Amino acid sequence: MDCIVILQAGVASGTVLLFATIGEILAERSGVMNLGVEGMMLLGAMAAFRVAVQTGNPWLGLLVAMAVGGLLALLHGLVTIHFQADQVVSGLTLTFLGTGLALVFGEELSKSGAISLLPTFTIPLLSRIPVLGPILFTDQSVLVYAGYLFVPAVWYYINHTRPGLHLRAVGEFPAAADALGINVARQRYLYVFVGGLLAGLAGATISLAISPGWFSEMTTSGQGWIAIGLVIFAQWDPLRAAGGAYAFGALRRLILDLQGPTTLLGLRNPFYYNSYLGFFLQMLPYAFTIVVLVIGSREAMRKRLGAPAALGTPYVRSRTV
Amino acid sequence: MSEATLAVEMRGVVMRFPGVLANDHVDFDLREGEIHALLGENGAGKSTLMNVLAGMYRPESGTIRVRGQPAELRSPRDAIARGIGMVHQHFMLVPSQTVTENILLGLDEPRFFMRLPLYEQRVAQLAQEFGLHVDPHCKVWQLSVGEQQRVELLKMLYRGAHILIMDEPTAVLAPQEIEGLFRVLRGMVAEGKSIVFISHKLGEVMEIADRITVLRKGQVTAAGLKPSDTSAVELARLMVGRPVLFRVEKEPQPPGDAVLAVEGVSCLNDKGLAALRDISFQVHAGEILGIAGVAGNGQRELADVITGLRRCTAGRVLLQGQVISDRPPRIAIERGVGHIPEDRREVGSAPNLSITDNLILKAYRKAPIAKGLSVDMQAAKRHATHQRAEYEIIAPSVDTAVRFLSGGNLQRLILAREISEGPGLMIAMQPTRGLDVGAIEGVQRMLLELRRAGTAILLVSEELDEIVCLSDRVAVIYEGRIVGEIAGDRCDAERDRIGLMMTGQTRDGATQGARQPESQEVQRGDA
Amino acid sequence: MATPETASSKRRALLPFRVVVEPRISDVPRWLAPLVSLGALVLALVLGGIVLAVVGGSPIQTYLHMARAAFGDTGVFSDTLVKATPILLCGLACSLAFRMKLWNIGAEGQFFLGAWAASAVVLLPLLAGTTPRFVMLLVMALAGFLGGALWGFVPGLLKAKLNVNEVLTTLMMNYIAISWNNFFIFAVWSERGFQMSPVFPNSAWLPRLADYAQQVPFFAGLTTHLGLLLGLIAAGILWWVLYRSQWGFEIQLTGDNPRAAQYAGINIARNTILVMMLSGGLAGLAGMSEISGVVHRLQGAISPGYGFTGIIVAWLAKLNPLVVVPVSVLFGGLILAGREIQPSGIAKLLQGIILFCLISSEVLLRYRVRIVRAKQG
Repeated sequence: MDCIVILQAGVASGTVLLFATIGEILAERSGVMNLGVEGMMLLGAMAAFRVAVQTGNPWLGLLVAMAVGGLLALLHGLVTIHFQADQVVSGLTLTFLGTGLALVFGEELSKSGAISLLPTFTIPLLSRIPVLGPILFTDQSVLVYAGYLFVPAVWYYINHTRPGLHLRAVGEFPAAADALGINVARQRYLYVFVGGLLAGLAGATISLAISPGWFSEMTTSGQGWIAIGLVIFAQWDPLRAAGGAYAFGALRRLILDLQGPTTLLGLRNPFYYNSYLGFFLQMLPYAFTIVVLVIGSREAMRKRLGAPAALGTPYVRSRTV
Repeated sequence: MSEATLAVEMRGVVMRFPGVLANDHVDFDLREGEIHALLGENGAGKSTLMNVLAGMYRPESGTIRVRGQPAELRSPRDAIARGIGMVHQHFMLVPSQTVTENILLGLDEPRFFMRLPLYEQRVAQLAQEFGLHVDPHCKVWQLSVGEQQRVELLKMLYRGAHILIMDEPTAVLAPQEIEGLFRVLRGMVAEGKSIVFISHKLGEVMEIADRITVLRKGQVTAAGLKPSDTSAVELARLMVGRPVLFRVEKEPQPPGDAVLAVEGVSCLNDKGLAALRDISFQVHAGEILGIAGVAGNGQRELADVITGLRRCTAGRVLLQGQVISDRPPRIAIERGVGHIPEDRREVGSAPNLSITDNLILKAYRKAPIAKGLSVDMQAAKRHATHQRAEYEIIAPSVDTAVRFLSGGNLQRLILAREISEGPGLMIAMQPTRGLDVGAIEGVQRMLLELRRAGTAILLVSEELDEIVCLSDRVAVIYEGRIVGEIAGDRCDAERDRIGLMMTGQTRDGATQGARQPESQEVQRGDA
Repeated sequence: MATPETASSKRRALLPFRVVVEPRISDVPRWLAPLVSLGALVLALVLGGIVLAVVGGSPIQTYLHMARAAFGDTGVFSDTLVKATPILLCGLACSLAFRMKLWNIGAEGQFFLGAWAASAVVLLPLLAGTTPRFVMLLVMALAGFLGGALWGFVPGLLKAKLNVNEVLTTLMMNYIAISWNNFFIFAVWSERGFQMSPVFPNSAWLPRLADYAQQVPFFAGLTTHLGLLLGLIAAGILWWVLYRSQWGFEIQLTGDNPRAAQYAGINIARNTILVMMLSGGLAGLAGMSEISGVVHRLQGAISPGYGFTGIIVAWLAKLNPLVVVPVSVLFGGLILAGREIQPSGIAKLLQGIILFCLISSEVLLRYRVRIVRAKQG
């Protein structure tokens, strides 16, 4: 069990969660909760893989995955922003739709085709940094590096730019934004769409980079839901989201690695001798998500902060006579 | 007057909402450099008309000219571009953002990168110029109501608005703060701004306005009157069709035993800050104790503590000698505490449930509505039908969902529900807020009826006149403490003192030259 | 612009009328809601048909085939009822929770725990195989209910005390439940290394109609089992609870406006926990009925997503327990027939499309569309 290797793989695996989580943060900051992330990710993963297999071009697969995720998210936007349906139910619907579409159109995809994956490479100077170098900058997919740049960019956007100010206002007090001429509906559509793009991207990251292949529902195995949980843990902050995502990525790798060696910390490794105990290891990410949710909720209660104030409620211009 | 001096000209504005004709072919003129009051009771259509001007609503028909040029105000952006700015009754500020961020919201500049220090300076300068002192760094939730209003004004001034619409600006201010606001408005007019002042308060309108237009049920009943050419009586008649606004007769009545005793209660508000500080008072049977005070001084928390919705950090509340504080709300309800909540839609009713269901909101646990583990639907329906008739709740049937009821009808429903329980104590929070005159009278009459029947009533209202008029005693709350108490018959004379106490000045502060606008007295029904 | 123009005259050109969408100001007529749902269902079938065409199938043929495979004769109808039974119980579970706006997405996990708990009675063993059938089944049902209730209790408690989002906690519990069951299926109770437990003794089998073929020849080969009766009874009880009992009143009130419920003196935390437990219990009962009435052992593949279908069924039935019954039969048929259709994900996709059309159609219940003559000049 090599720590460096675990963390290195963790960063890679965590990038999937990262994109999905930040996409959801953007959507929720604008006031719209999109529970369909799992469906959009799955569909994105399938689309990316399928297109890459059929055209041989993984970049095209990436684009298609994002487009598909975005389109699906627009449906959610239509139903929640224009039709004002309940956001929870609409999000679930999206999951069913995304999953269903992915299963139907991914039917004949072979389990793992011979496709060219997105490029992985090492960054020359940075990879020499002790400890961090091998973890962060060695042999990682281009998407992982994109993730590194993405996080601070989004953070800056939300907190220090004018469009970011509008985003926050629309999610906290849409009436104020509306009265000042900001088109609340348009803003929400935009960020829901971006959330969908990122969810699709996350799916593509799985099937074109991290765990290439198509394994129907097992491809994402609940990571979309974990991403939504991470949003709460992150208190809607991209930097915290990154920390959580990479931590979870490391956890997944750790779970795999725990079953390998015959000894663990000098003692007999129970997971090696009784492979069925692996089922309990499998529970870990999900149990951890619950823990993370509890932490996030308690913090929100304590600080009396929390979700964007208008999250979950459709905005209708009120009529005062 | 030639057309050139008209800042705004609205002709034939028709604004219709489903089921309501809010503006019925309304004409309205605003001259440059004047303060023009738009007067009318709640529901007359004043806010609607101005929301049309501010670009929030698109009228069915009608024309608008701004400074002589026709204007298509399709959205708030258009209105702002034409120099029209509206300060809404309920502030449109994002609480978690700073003053400067709120002011910059929706503007095209800064283009992309926020450079807050630069803009904070600009805001400070603007504030200085108009005498609207506020700290640009502060987050809005930390500001007092008066300060928030200043931010709203700055928001509009920053955008270069020269036509300002103020919607019920004095509702949240103490009397002395109102004076301050008037001074600011006059200053702005001197700088060349034109102001529309929406209000339902006769006295203020007579004092501040250069001209008055009166709306009633969506129609103009008088346009461009000068205060000197009219009287409060005539304005009242134009507003509601009768010469006086309210007539309530309150007989003197000796109070009974103490029903409610609040002893040294302290508690926190939702933000974890102290809301009530060692507050103590009593309310007796057959007595109305009015709590006067600017919103946000602990009134809401006080009602919560008494009704069991909030815990105390110190002290206790006794109902007829028994402790009800720090116990679940159910206890207070079972002991006979009635509660008319401040927010009738968000707290006082379930919008998608029927009138019947809302009427048995608390009664479903007791016979005759309750039958063993079940609810006797027939009994509930009979009860509801009876209540609907007795309290004159206008609705198609008792099965109608409550969200379709008008504000006045909903309040009647809530009163019906609370009063029919025969409470020993009634907590009435802003019971007439947002209601039209007829409904207000009805509510006030019901409260006096309760008083006659021996119920102890704690009345919290933002309308000082209402408090003075209905209460046997008036206590002034400021920052979670009772800072003064005035006996009922002395309330009128001590009005200035009450106003001072509402803003936190000690009772020892002398009031120089009691300058009492007579028009305020007319509202109490002395025809 | 020289002359002033009215707001509407600008649109004068195109058509002699315009469409106005406005919020309703009065209750909808009673017949509108079912009609709208029906319309949504039809639209969903059309959209599903389009997908089928795109994937290379023939929509009409496929639908006809599905209809025959589900309702064609008594035998298949009986199989449809078998599929409908767990869907019914899960649909009831979701209806109850959703009434209080508690989004129990964990019916699937509660199903698994119910199946596990019921199996534990047989496999631990808690009761000997020779126990009279009546007792065995009763204890198994109780265990199944408790297992599901426990699985609902945890998210309920977290929500009540810490306001933790129940959508996510119940979902996570789904995955944990599957791993939990897998451990027992693969390791503890595995039959000679296969991924399933030994077959249950007869006393643990829910009686089915076919058992009485001797008395009633008509019943020969019919697989419908007692679980259906359990479901029907549960539907009746739940209807009474929601529409007639005081507790049901509290649930409805809390679901509509929690602040008003608190104001009215209702203990929301307590109700949250109780509702989640009861909801979980019903789903757990579904799990018990499936392993005791259909597969007669504990194995991995016991649910093609009954817990999730329950969500859709509940929504389509507008959370009315009595309406859940016929809707579950419909979906039972869908799942049964779906097994024979290529591509195999079509049944799931169709469910998603149905739900989507349903929630979109609900806008018609909140808004009114009117055609209005445009004003001239």
